[in-house]
Order: sequence, then C-alpha cells, then structure tokens
Amino acid sequence: MENLVYAIILLPLVGFIINGLFGKHLPKIVVGSLATLVVFASFVITTSIFFGFNDDSAPVVIKAFEWFRVNGIQVNFGFQVDQLSLMMVMIITGIGSLIHLYSIGYMSHDKGFYKFFTYLNLFIFSMLLLVLGSNYLILFIGWEGVGLCSYLLIGFWYTNEEYGKAARKAFIMNRIGDLGLLIGIFAIAAHVNAIDYLSVAQNASSFELDGTPIIFITACLFIGATGKSAQVPLYTWLPDAMAGPTPVSALIHAATMVTAGVYLVVRSNFLFVLAPTVQDGILLIGFLTAALAGFYALRQNDIKKVLAYSTVSQLGFMFIALGLGAYSTAMFHVMTHAFFKALLFLGAGSVIHAMSNEQDMRFMGGLKKYIPITHITFLIGTLAISGFPLLSGMISKDEILVAAYAKNPIYWVMLFVLAAITATYMFRLYYLTFHGEFRGTEDQKHHLHESPTSMTLPLIVLAVLSVVGGFINLPHFIGHGHYAKLMEWLKPVLTEESFKQMENTLSGVSFNTEMILLGATILMFFTVWFFVKNTYVKKQKRALPENQYTGWEKLSAKKLFVDEIYNACIVRPFEEAGKAAAMFDKAVLDPIVNFIGLGAADSGRAAKRLQNGNVENYVLIMSLAVGIVLIVNFLLK
Amino acid sequence: MGGDVNTFIQQVPLEYFIILCTLLFCLGVLGVLLRKNAIVILGCVELMLNSVNLLLAAFSAYSGDGNGQLLVFFIMVVAAAEVAVGLAIIAMMYRNTKSVDVSIFNKLRG
Amino acid sequence: MYAILSLIVTMFSIAGMYILLNAQFLGIVQIIVYTGAIMVLFLYILMMLNLNKEDESKKDNLPKFIGIFSVCILFVGMLGAYKGLSGKTVAESNIDYSVGLTKNLGRLLFNEYVLPFELASILILAGIVGAVLIGKKDL
Repeated sequence: MENLVYAIILLPLVGFIINGLFGKHLPKIVVGSLATLVVFASFVITTSIFFGFNDDSAPVVIKAFEWFRVNGIQVNFGFQVDQLSLMMVMIITGIGSLIHLYSIGYMSHDKGFYKFFTYLNLFIFSMLLLVLGSNYLILFIGWEGVGLCSYLLIGFWYTNEEYGKAARKAFIMNRIGDLGLLIGIFAIAAHVNAIDYLSVAQNASSFELDGTPIIFITACLFIGATGKSAQVPLYTWLPDAMAGPTPVSALIHAATMVTAGVYLVVRSNFLFVLAPTVQDGILLIGFLTAALAGFYALRQNDIKKVLAYSTVSQLGFMFIALGLGAYSTAMFHVMTHAFFKALLFLGAGSVIHAMSNEQDMRFMGGLKKYIPITHITFLIGTLAISGFPLLSGMISKDEILVAAYAKNPIYWVMLFVLAAITATYMFRLYYLTFHGEFRGTEDQKHHLHESPTSMTLPLIVLAVLSVVGGFINLPHFIGHGHYAKLMEWLKPVLTEESFKQMENTLSGVSFNTEMILLGATILMFFTVWFFVKNTYVKKQKRALPENQYTGWEKLSAKKLFVDEIYNACIVRPFEEAGKAAAMFDKAVLDPIVNFIGLGAADSGRAAKRLQNGNVENYVLIMSLAVGIVLIVNFLLK
Repeated sequence: MGGDVNTFIQQVPLEYFIILCTLLFCLGVLGVLLRKNAIVILGCVELMLNSVNLLLAAFSAYSGDGNGQLLVFFIMVVAAAEVAVGLAIIAMMYRNTKSVDVSIFNKLRG
Repeated sequence: MYAILSLIVTMFSIAGMYILLNAQFLGIVQIIVYTGAIMVLFLYILMMLNLNKEDESKKDNLPKFIGIFSVCILFVGMLGAYKGLSGKTVAESNIDYSVGLTKNLGRLLFNEYVLPFELASILILAGIVGAVLIGKKDL
C-alpha cells in the first residue's frame, strides 16, 4: 500500500516536472494528455485503495522518513490514509482529471498551454500533500503550495496588470490566514509536544474544556481556514480571482483549494470539539459570509462573479455546518458542492468560449438554442445548487438545515432565507444567460457554437454526479439501511466527543419535524423558481450596468463597497508607509552610505600626500615619531 | 700607560660617556635631517655609528667584558662595507643627474 | 667639504678616546679603517664630483625647525632613558682593565666569535662586488 500512496502523490509531480522542463518542445496533445493521465492514474489508484477501506478501518500512517527532531518533538514526513483523506483525494483527483481534460479544449488557443498544465499538475501535487499529510507541518507545506499555484494560475495571463493585481491580492490575503495557521501549529506543538494528528488526538484530552489555550489554538487554526476558504473578512480575493482562466476557477476556487479550510477543521475536530466558544464563532462567521455573499450575487453582471460569490456563500454554509458540530455534513456538502460548482464553472467556461470571451450577462440571452449540451448540464447544475428535490445539492443542504434547526430554530429560519437567496441568484443567472433573445453583437452571434467533446464530456460526467451524488448520505428518515452512510464512514476519523456531538445534532430532530422542514424547503424552491422565471422571462427584466442601479441593488452590485473600504483603510496606508520608507531610504540612508565611501576615498587622497618621494621628509617624520614615542614613554612611566 | 688608563676609567664616571655619545648621535641625526648633500648625509650616518661604537667600547671597558669591543669591531666592518656601497650609489646618482642633492630624488612618489 | 674634514678630525678624536679606554686594538683599527679608508673614500668621491656652491638648492625654514625640535626631543628622551642607571654593574675590584688589549681581544675573537668573523669577511666581499657592480658604466 505504501508504494501506491507514493505513486498517488508523485505522479502529478512527475507530470509537473516533465511538462515544466520539456513542455515547450512537446506537441500540445502530448502535454495535455500527459497531465490529464497522471491525475487520472492517481484517481484510479486511489479508487483501488478506497475499495479496500470500509467503515471500521483504522487510519494508516505511512512514514516516509524521519524529518527532524527538535526539543523533544519528533516530526516525520509521512502520509495518513484514512477515510477523510481518501474522500478528499478522490474528489481532488477525480474532478481534477475531468478539469484537465476540459482544459485541453479550453486552452487550446493559448500560447502558454504547457505552462498551464505545469501549474495545474503542481497544484494537484500540493493539494495531495495537504490532504494526505500525517501532521500539521506537511499540511502547511501543501497549504503554501496551493496558495502559490493559486497565485500562478490567477495571474496566468500576466501581461494584464489587473490580473496580476488580483493574483497578488489572493496571495496576500491567503498569507494573512497562513500566519494564523502557523501560530496555531506552534501553539499545538508547544502544548502537546507533537504535531502529527494521531498524537494530538490522543493528547487532546489534556486541554481543559473551553480554556484559553484551546480557544487560542482553534481560533488561530480557524483564521488560517478563513484565509484559504474565503470567509469574512478575508473573502474579497475570491471574486477577483475570476481573472484566471475558467478551468482554474473551477478546480481551485470551487472544488479543491477553498475546501482546504473545511478539511483543516474536520481534521482537527478533536481540538474544535473542546472549544465550543470557537465553534460558535465559526457559526457566526459562516452565517455572515453566506449572507453577505448571497446578497452580492443578486445583482452581479459577470457570470463568473455570480458563481464566485455563490462559492463564497456555499463555503459559508459549510462553515455553518462545522460550527454546529456536524462534520460529516460539512464534508458531504464539500463533495456535492465540488460536483455542481465545478459543473457550473465549466459550463460558464463553455458559454464564455461560445461567446468569444464575453463574460457579461447583459450581452447574453437565448443561448439554449445554440449550445444545447452546455444548456442541459448547466440547468442540472443550477437545479442541484438551488435544491431541486433528490438532487445532491438538496440533500446536503437539507442536512445542514436540519442540523441548524436542532441547535436553534432561529438558525433554521436564517438558513432558509439564505437558501432562498441562493436559488434566486442562480435562477437569475440561468434565465439571463440561456433564455430570452440574444443581446450580443452580430459577430458574437456568428461564432456561437457548441464546445468540442473534450469540453462537453466532463460537463456530462459532472452533471450525472450532481444528480446521483446525494445518495451516499441520505438522512436518517429515508430508510432501506443506506442512511447516513457518510456519517458512519467518517467515524474512525472523528474522536469520541466529536462523533457524539455530531450524532446528537443530526438526530436531535424528530422524524415529523424533519418532514415538515423538508416540505417547507421544497415548497420554497418551487416558489422561488416560479417567481424568478416570471421576473426574467415573462416580465423580461433586464440587468443594468453596475452604475445604474439604485437603492439596495446598488449596494449589492457594488458589494457593499467592502473592496473600497479595504483599499482605503488597509492597502493605502501600507502603500504610503512603503513610500515613506523609500523616501527615508533615499534621503537618509543613501547619504550615510555614500558618505562612508567618499570618506574612504578622501582620506586615501589625504594620505597620498604623505608619500611625496622626498627622503628628507621621510627621515624627518621618522625622527619626530621616535621623539614623540620616547616622550610618551617617559610620561607614562 | 696602564696605570693612567685605570685611573681614568675609575675616576671618570660612565654618565659622561653616555651624554657625550648621545650628543654625538643627536648631532648625527640633525645632520641627516638638515643637510641636502648626499655625501654629507652619509658622513653623518658614519658619525652616528661612531658614537654608538664609542659607547659600546666604554661600557665594555667599564665592566671588563670583552664582548662589547668585539661587537664594535664587527660594526666597523659593516660600516665599511656600507660606505663603499653607499658611495658607489652616490657616484651613480651624480653620473645620472649631475647633482647629489637629495631633494630632487622624489620619483617614488605616490 | 668642510663637513668631511670635520668628520676626519672627529674620527681621530674618537680614536684617542678609545686609547684612553684602554681599547688599544679598537683605537688602532679606528685609525686604520675609519680614518684611513672610509674617510679617504669620502674625500675621493668628493673630489671626483666637483661640486659647486650654486648647485645646492634652497631650503625652507619649516623643516629645519621641525628637525631641530625633534632632535632636541630625541636627545632629552634618550637621556631620560638612562636616568635610572648607576653605571656600576660589576663590582669594582673585579674589573679587568686589560680587556682591551689586542692579545685578549684576539683570544676572544678567535675562540668564540669565529663564525661572525668569517661571515664578516663574506660581507665585505659582497660589499666589494656590489660597489663594483653599481659603479660600472655598462653592465
């Protein structure tokens, strides 16, 4: 099994190296196929390991080598294969290979074709390190690696300065979170004297419940998760990250990197269960994020921006689940969200490809006639995210709703509203894009065509997954013995307390109540669908350019001016401080250094006058010196 | 002869010799500093050497040790060789520049 | 010119002082070597060079003053160095006044100082060769 795990991780690395070194000289088809195949091979290997695991298998730790020992803490470089990491790896490699396949078609006209696949493979490698690592340090390595790849890929078209700025923004915001994560890891090491998951889980009981150390540690870890998973206040990078190519948005910012934060919290469940205060904090932030992002998505005009805010909002949902202690629910939503969000992004990419790189929805419309496959798959994705009954999205979201109700019915109401908002903006997106008449230019109309198979095939696969993916974790009350499969499956990963907390949350609601809640949700879904269809198709409401909105719509379109606030309060002071430091450097430090240099030159010039070749002069000075030495000696005696 | 010498040695204190030799030495230094004729400078060097010789011989006579006078002998040998070479150099100086003034030999300036 | 002549007189005087110190060997050697050879060599060169008075260049006053000042300091300093000496290092009765005699000096020279003696001869050889080499018109 060890060699298999090494193969899983190293195959993308091999792809990265080969494409990086030789990609320029290889034909495009080779580069693309190689990159896709290595990821697909990792997926196949993971599947084989997956079927060897069942609910009761204990985590398998594979030690690659002893890394270092400091102050009594032994850190090994190793991998932990258990249900949680296997699940993440399957998502990463599975959806990753689909997106690689898609990119072959999408990026075929791009000059940096091989570079794209190089970065993608590097990203897969880093993400695998992140989820397969056996201790926090390897997680951190992968964490940084995906941050780097995110920067590289967002700023892929680096000649455009705006894209470069977006990439920088993503990286810097990530960094802020990374600091929190690092401090958290240090604190763990300081308290428990170990940083691998199994040891920390064993020693977790040494922390007192809700004591200051554990609150500090979990808060720091959560700050790291905030940066990576785009929660309030570190979320503004994700919409700007849409500057990257669409496959990047699909892979990194929908399915994998942004879920790293969720993975971190679930992995550290033994710590978070001891800090209910922090869990409440997570809940609060999750709500805030979901609400704000949903609000912004209602009036965005760029198709990718709507999807970006949708991602942030759904991540908020996941963190709400984590805050409620429902770890398996959060992981379930990670999985279903990966399916339908990747589908939506790839579909949007297909639309953009058909529209000759137009991303503004005001110029789309009536596309369902021209790009049928994209239309159908996109519709399935929209239905999934909005909660169409029996699709994956509805099941996972409903589970979060139930868990919220179990904690406090008010939470359920708030989540209900948020789910309605989700459905609203998604249907708005769908109708503006695919229905009505075409509002673009004649040129674009001529170019409208369906995407090649390499692009539509992943769409179809993901659509199928979005439909059936929910059935692995049906809630309790739907019987047949298949219920709560995921919860049981993840049991070995969670500690006793976490599992108990989760079980209490999820089964705390009676059967009848659950049915009523489910009914309410389904009813809401159909109401929203009808309402939005009415507005945009029958009444033909149009999307306005950003500046023409008024009232609440303006706040939504302008994203509550948060970006501008950040810019004024945080970015500008730093820039000014930087300029001041530069001026100080030029005005003060430069003259000092120059002075030293000039001083050396001047003193040399002065000393040069001593050597005038005049022998008598030399003898004179010599005798003078001897005399002075004698006197000084005399005086000192 | 020997008796007078012994009286001399016993009655003249050594300090007189010290003062005399120091004076001669300083006069020699003065000459080296102030004169600009190369030959005279060399002569002043000889004067310095002589003063040292005298002092050495005085010390050796006053303490009955023969080593001092032997050292004087060797110093004389070295002085002779040095004067020979030095004067040869001065002769070359004159041959090249028709003057033995030291102040015009400043080609080694920095 | 006059300087060299004064130097000759000084040499003779120092020879006389050697004799007074019962350093007979040294006194004779002083007259032979110093006065008879070295000073004669000086006079040869002096006569050969045929210098005129106008050839001497002008001298500034400042280096003169510094020179005199520093030499005075040197004089005072050196004298100060001898301040603590009593001059009587050996007991009076033990002083052997015949140490300067040629016989005794010769005995010392050839018994203990043979090596420096031979080396001195090599040194003179080197001096001769050097002087001749420097003085040649074409090498």
